[in-house]
Amino acid sequence: MNNSLLVVVIAQGIAYGTPLLYAALGELLAERSGVLNLGVEGMMLVGAVMGFWAVQRFHVTSPLALVGAIAVAALAGAAMAAIHAFLVITLRANQIVSGLALTIFAGVAGLSSYLGNDLNLARSPARHQFQAIFPKSWQDINAVGPILFGQSALVYASWVCVVLVALYLTRTRVGLNLRAVGESPAAADAMGIDVAGYRYAHTLVGGAFAGIGGATFSLSITPQWLAGLTQGAGWIAIALVIFAFWRPTLCLVGAYFFGAFTYLPFALQKYSWAPPPELAQSLPYVMTVLALVLVSSRAARLRFGAPSALGQPYVREER
Amino acid sequence: MTRGRKLALVLPVLAFAGVAVLALGVAAGSARSHKQAATFKAAWIYVGPHDDHGWSQAHDQGRLYVQKHLGSKVETTYKELVPEGPQTCQVIESLVRDGNKLIFATSFGFQDCMVSEAKKHPDVDFEQATGTALSKNLAEYFGAAEDAIYLSGMAAGAASKKGVIGYVVPFAIPEVIRHANAFALGAQATHPGAKVRLIWTNSWLDLSKEKKAAQALVSAGCDVLGQNVDSPATGEFAESKGVPWVGYDSNAQTFAPKQWLTAAIYNWGPYYLRRVKAAMNGTWKSGFYYGSLNDHLVGLAPYGKKVSAKTKRAIAAKKAALMSHKFYEFAGPLHDQSGKLRVKKGQKLSVHQLYAMNWLVKGVIGSPKG
Repeated sequence: MNNSLLVVVIAQGIAYGTPLLYAALGELLAERSGVLNLGVEGMMLVGAVMGFWAVQRFHVTSPLALVGAIAVAALAGAAMAAIHAFLVITLRANQIVSGLALTIFAGVAGLSSYLGNDLNLARSPARHQFQAIFPKSWQDINAVGPILFGQSALVYASWVCVVLVALYLTRTRVGLNLRAVGESPAAADAMGIDVAGYRYAHTLVGGAFAGIGGATFSLSITPQWLAGLTQGAGWIAIALVIFAFWRPTLCLVGAYFFGAFTYLPFALQKYSWAPPPELAQSLPYVMTVLALVLVSSRAARLRFGAPSALGQPYVREER
Repeated sequence: MTRGRKLALVLPVLAFAGVAVLALGVAAGSARSHKQAATFKAAWIYVGPHDDHGWSQAHDQGRLYVQKHLGSKVETTYKELVPEGPQTCQVIESLVRDGNKLIFATSFGFQDCMVSEAKKHPDVDFEQATGTALSKNLAEYFGAAEDAIYLSGMAAGAASKKGVIGYVVPFAIPEVIRHANAFALGAQATHPGAKVRLIWTNSWLDLSKEKKAAQALVSAGCDVLGQNVDSPATGEFAESKGVPWVGYDSNAQTFAPKQWLTAAIYNWGPYYLRRVKAAMNGTWKSGFYYGSLNDHLVGLAPYGKKVSAKTKRAIAAKKAALMSHKFYEFAGPLHDQSGKLRVKKGQKLSVHQLYAMNWLVKGVIGSPKG
């Protein structure tokens, strides 16, 4: 039962969807404030490399080292996001260009790989890693065991994050202010909301989430550092926010859907009727391209629930 | 808004820090290649990172071997994570412009660009690993890894209780197909009737894909794992599940200290040294080099604890027989997956035939088309 295709694919979909979920939650927060950040892939890679560095260098007990590593990864992601925030909020640069530049700067042929080489990180496996936290007998329960109890702490923490972000956006004053900033910064400004402050804060938090998403790769999924190990997950996360209509709960569903799709081609190869693996493996990326095409026009974007001011710099004097 | 102003003061600093890091990176990158007019320059291009604990790392160790032996007489550089496609040509072009006189391309997908660049630059010598194209200034080199992989397959077969072994494979090309066949034949030598299940990742190096493939193999009932892909991700998963593992390309024992069996590994250093020396004194000639166990281009990594003394003896005996040409794994009779006789008794597959192999031997489960 626990080895049946459905159970394995759902359980692995959750495991492989988790980095996407973290990154998508972060991107969602930034976009809700009106800042489109295409630098997710770069921020994830820097988070992955710095989180891995921390776990190799912190000589403390395993849980402490892992918590410390996640904190370092979040800080690293936020530091990357700060570059983007400065360029697009203070200098009002084009958000698409700045985000792409961030991915190129921090990404696979840039800062993350340089740090990995310079800190000599590819030499050994992770000293500590996130593993399943529930006892083996729970994990062996039919069907629900692998799905609900076979996951690492990062998965359960991501569920808490989804609930918190959802409550934050809909039930708190600050969350409502954030949405006002994303929908109509001029109106928010007139209400006395610090538009630039909100945008900075949420872009940085978004970067922190992306950093954690990257560390999910290097500390839980792979768990080792190798240049470019996210393999485009950051782009999928951006598409995911669109698929989820900018809602955190739908991000969770979408992330697991994408996660399952990245695992499915491998699970299917044992069946003779399986589609060619090249086709199945490219599917998540095809869907990403489709999503990006769909929302590239402003009208379509608004119909799908995009924040009205997404991608536009706010200048007080202009209307 | 004072708060906005404060931020405006702090953030340029952060941005400048970012720029400074970038500048440092550029400086460190160029510091790696000291400019000296008299030194001979040779370059390597890798499909993965130079420290992938697999294929590219084995080549990079070969490069370092050359550097160590020739010291300041030679300047070696590498380009890592080079995509297989039109970009390869740009990378080679820039290496030529930098004054490199000998360029080693270490992945099959680099071949098209090597052919066109070799035509464009007759004064530079090119060497392509695992390929087939030859010209006056383009040589080909590889090794009979299948012999070493056969031996590593023997370790896998002996470690398997159920006789179902998983093998993580990259692309469905003749190189990988013959390696998978050799692995299966080796496993069947120590575990008669053993089955080898393949899962294709369609990538030379992708940690999460390799892990997914390993997971899928274990959930399909495999109790030993092997691989023809470049990273130790399969081994790390095997270690976490308590499944014995056979690696590939480099000694990656540290990634699975308990479950490590052995691996077919490459030792490119001596070949690279010979070729660089020849290019330096003008005696370099194009040709097709196929290294073997005898000249130590291929071999076995040290055994792990899980390999029994009996298995070690059996492998040593087969290795000696391979080296003295008393035994050859691709000698008939050999049947394909459907049971059809492909190599008749008394026949042997030539290197030429190995380079065109597109069928899987009996006992392999999976499609030879990927």
